[in-house]
Amino acid sequence: MTKSEERPGRHSVSVAITGSGGAGVMTAGNMLLEAAAQAGWYGLMVRSSGPQIRGGEAAALLRLATHPVNSLDDTCDVLVAVDWQNVHRFADEIPLGAQSVIVGDPDQGEPPEVYLKSGARYGKLAMKATAKSIPGSWPNMLALGVAAGLVGVPFDAVKAVVGKSLKKSEALAASIAAVEAGMKAAADLGGAARLAPPVARTGAHWLLTGNQAAGFGAIRGGVRFVAAYPITPATELLEYMAPALTQVGGVLVQAEDELASINMIIGASYGGVPALTATAGPGLSLMVEALGLAVAAEVPIVVVDVMRGGPSTGIPAKSEQSDLSMAVSGLHGDAPRVVLAPNSIADCVTTTQWAVHLAEQMQVPAIVLSDQFFGQARAVVERPADEPHAAKRATVGANAEGYKRYALTESGISPMSIPGTPGVTYTADGLEHTERGIPSSQATDHRNQLAKRERKLSQADYSRHWADVEGEGEIAVVTFGSSTGPVREALARAKADGLNVRLVSMRLLAPAQPERMAEALRGVKRVLVVEQNWGGQLHRYLRSDFDLPGEVRSFRQPGPLPIRPAALHRELVEWSRA
Amino acid sequence: MSAAQATAAEKPARTAADFKSDYKPIWCPGCGDYSVLSSFTKAFALLELAPEKVAVVSGIGCSSRIPAYTSCYGFHGVHGRSLAAATGLKLARPDLTVVVASGDGDGYSIGGNHFLHACRRNADLTYVVMDNHVYGMTKGQPSPTTEPDWDSKLSPGGTGLRSFNPLVIALAAGANFVARAFAGDPNGTAEILAEAMRTPGFSFVEVMSPCVTFRPEQREWKSHVRPAPVKPTDDSALAARRLMTDDGFNIGVLYKGDRTPYQPPMGKGRKTPADLEKGFSL
Amino acid sequence: MSTKKPARKAPAKPAKKSATKSVKKPAKKPAKKPVTRAAAKPVTKSAARGQAIDAVRSVNELMAYAYALEAEAAERYAEFAEVMEAHNNREVAELFRKLARIEHKHGEQILEEMGWTRPPKPPSTGYRWETPEGPETGDVTDLHYLMQPYHALRIALHNEKRAEKFFSSLARKATVASVRKAAIEFTEEETEHVRLIEEWISRTPKPADDWALDPDPPAYND
Repeated sequence: MTKSEERPGRHSVSVAITGSGGAGVMTAGNMLLEAAAQAGWYGLMVRSSGPQIRGGEAAALLRLATHPVNSLDDTCDVLVAVDWQNVHRFADEIPLGAQSVIVGDPDQGEPPEVYLKSGARYGKLAMKATAKSIPGSWPNMLALGVAAGLVGVPFDAVKAVVGKSLKKSEALAASIAAVEAGMKAAADLGGAARLAPPVARTGAHWLLTGNQAAGFGAIRGGVRFVAAYPITPATELLEYMAPALTQVGGVLVQAEDELASINMIIGASYGGVPALTATAGPGLSLMVEALGLAVAAEVPIVVVDVMRGGPSTGIPAKSEQSDLSMAVSGLHGDAPRVVLAPNSIADCVTTTQWAVHLAEQMQVPAIVLSDQFFGQARAVVERPADEPHAAKRATVGANAEGYKRYALTESGISPMSIPGTPGVTYTADGLEHTERGIPSSQATDHRNQLAKRERKLSQADYSRHWADVEGEGEIAVVTFGSSTGPVREALARAKADGLNVRLVSMRLLAPAQPERMAEALRGVKRVLVVEQNWGGQLHRYLRSDFDLPGEVRSFRQPGPLPIRPAALHRELVEWSRA
Repeated sequence: MSAAQATAAEKPARTAADFKSDYKPIWCPGCGDYSVLSSFTKAFALLELAPEKVAVVSGIGCSSRIPAYTSCYGFHGVHGRSLAAATGLKLARPDLTVVVASGDGDGYSIGGNHFLHACRRNADLTYVVMDNHVYGMTKGQPSPTTEPDWDSKLSPGGTGLRSFNPLVIALAAGANFVARAFAGDPNGTAEILAEAMRTPGFSFVEVMSPCVTFRPEQREWKSHVRPAPVKPTDDSALAARRLMTDDGFNIGVLYKGDRTPYQPPMGKGRKTPADLEKGFSL
Repeated sequence: MSTKKPARKAPAKPAKKSATKSVKKPAKKPAKKPVTRAAAKPVTKSAARGQAIDAVRSVNELMAYAYALEAEAAERYAEFAEVMEAHNNREVAELFRKLARIEHKHGEQILEEMGWTRPPKPPSTGYRWETPEGPETGDVTDLHYLMQPYHALRIALHNEKRAEKFFSSLARKATVASVRKAAIEFTEEETEHVRLIEEWISRTPKPADDWALDPDPPAYND
């Protein structure tokens, strides 16, 4: 193995740290991310693990960069394995190449063939033995040091992070020593991709997960009541919100199931308090009936669906974008509601906040389609700009003469009476009703209320945020959610090659905005629809509810693996030449 | 005269009539729920509540139609989930008096899980189940409290299943107040409801309310009910023993505990989202 | 239906029973039996409500009871009328409205007799009837959507008979002479009401055997 050679800095490097049985690779990965973040870089980390609850094989997958990143790269530059037990299961998620470097512990056996066949260079480091030689230290601290050293994250940054985490404990000195030893070993191993120096960041920056971002966005938007049932991968959103809500005067209640969750938040919102729940696909399925109740009774709520592999129990810890169909058309009856999808981790703040605003303004449920990738990825982001989206419900004052809760207004939005207000009591109802809210099976009442519930959504102004429309070109990519990250990277590469491709990343999925879409695709002759699911749910939705110009192709890849920028780039180049 | 118009000195006491709305119930003539509605309104008047500060939350079924027949705020939700909606409402709005109306199907079948957890959670709610041992709204199927040998179209010859004993289950799950009432005694039921509402925590009142259309034999209930021959107890084991061995006709407050109601501190935090941001800042 | 004015006018006929209070000795408490799941012996309505009034101690109190009895009956008949109206049984609705008017008039007469400008305040513990509600108050479970005027009148008859029994029981328990006298007069008045209703019934066609037959099954709505 040659000594470390001077290589030009890379704008993005990817690192994987793997191990099993309490090796602590997640801790090491998080520390590396934090150290890089404190040193001025951007980055993100995702986690992958075996099915065991403790002791299972685990992989921390990081991408560090000089610019904001919202997806993983095509290949992994450095793989540091504390041991090899069952780590072959991550082979698909750790794509190595000939330029990659593997660091393994010779006492733990040879790297699996699946990694070696990539042609990556294998460097040995007796992590376990070395850690043992530093009493009180752990192999994962060595791994941390090696990884940091190989990609060029400075020792001081790592030391500061370890110090903050372990504080003044006996383990601190030993851990620092282990990191140091790791970094020294990295210097000896060399040959890995190194990060270019960080670009000076302007403005405030945060380090957080998509789940935290969504929770914070909700609070910013005015949510003060949450009832929820834990489910992977939404649980961390609830764990963030529980103490955060209490601090701002709100409440989080753990409900007995998702049916209780959704009905509780409807009750709370009926009482005048903006309310939210968070779940995943199976939970959303359970909530469908009550979503219809919120539509019919015109009670605002926000439901965050952190999508995961489906159908049914599916692949709980992996990302997929396969709840789109259910979100836009899964309710019985004609039940219009708002469906939004954040398209970056930082956007989880803004879009969730917008969801609260829209729900409250239009007295309707809003579903936010996040996913496991965003939800559980931890990233350095630019602080999202302050947005004016705040919960603002139209209400009626005391003793209003002749008050009709479901009055047929021009906007479709009828002022709501908040319990406690005298003289304007009413009964909210899932049954179809008259303007006064009395149950009715009359044709005119049904038509009037159906039209009203549709009108209130279609007449709202979504112009600023309905989608991110970027770039020019006769080819366009239409996508949503976490697919936007790899799409943006692919488009940047295409542009560098002289191929201009337009992007439409839809933030508002329902109500459909066909006119806006037509405007965004003006001049486009070929549309590539990109999504992370098997059935082409976005493709189908676009074809049914929108007019698409020219040729339309569907790029669909289900979970559990992320869409890589190179695959999209290839697809676009190929098509542009066809 | 609205509360706004009356001065403190001349504010007239509200009567039960003030709590009734103009809407005519769709219940069959002869239905026990008419009496229960009357008991509700009498209880509200007894407690000197204001209609706008009371919310009646229900699910689906004949008894669940009750909110619109009162002049209070009402919420007619989906089948079996009234306790969940009511819990959310009460926790978010602790200033309101929240009463939940249900039936034996809505409450003990589809709503069974929420029943258990509502008793356990002990939020300050009053849960009134109008039990007529049948699914009335859907034309006469057996409910969890129906006798095992009652013949019906969906279960010819009877279900053969043991009847659910909601009072014992409520007790075991942690309800703080357990009572049985009878629709045929609206004044007595009104007093029980008032006491249930006055008692903090989860108060459960099972009201035997005959169904004239599908269970006309229940008109005989009035010959069988009696005031419970024992005083209400705060000894849950004793109450459980009594409830497991009584014949189902003892009327009155049967158990009254002193558990602290569940109410997380709503509106007490002083931080802002700007304060929360600091947790993410690099 | 006319009603005699109470108390003040003619002296009442002496009560049949002796002047001394005839108080029923409380029955011996039965030995405690284990209560089984099977239905226990049916008990009479009178015990269903708790302690019944033992004795009225003044004419004022008696008149308050009498008023409350009529007022509650009137209110209940009015409610019955609404229920029957909502279920398209106009004929019986009209009959209940008539009964409501009659009871209301009885109540008004009591107020007038006593010189009361507004209804008397109920005792703090509520009226202690021997029945769950006032003796003349109809039981809502006795209604049927297809009921005929005959049935409504039978309900009214039952109510008047119970009222009669109530006053005669009060008369028996009364320890104050003026109260007893008034109670007896009320009893006689109720007896007259019973007679009038019976007479009304005799003029009312009896329902056919299939009066409750409805070829249509119940309708679902939820």
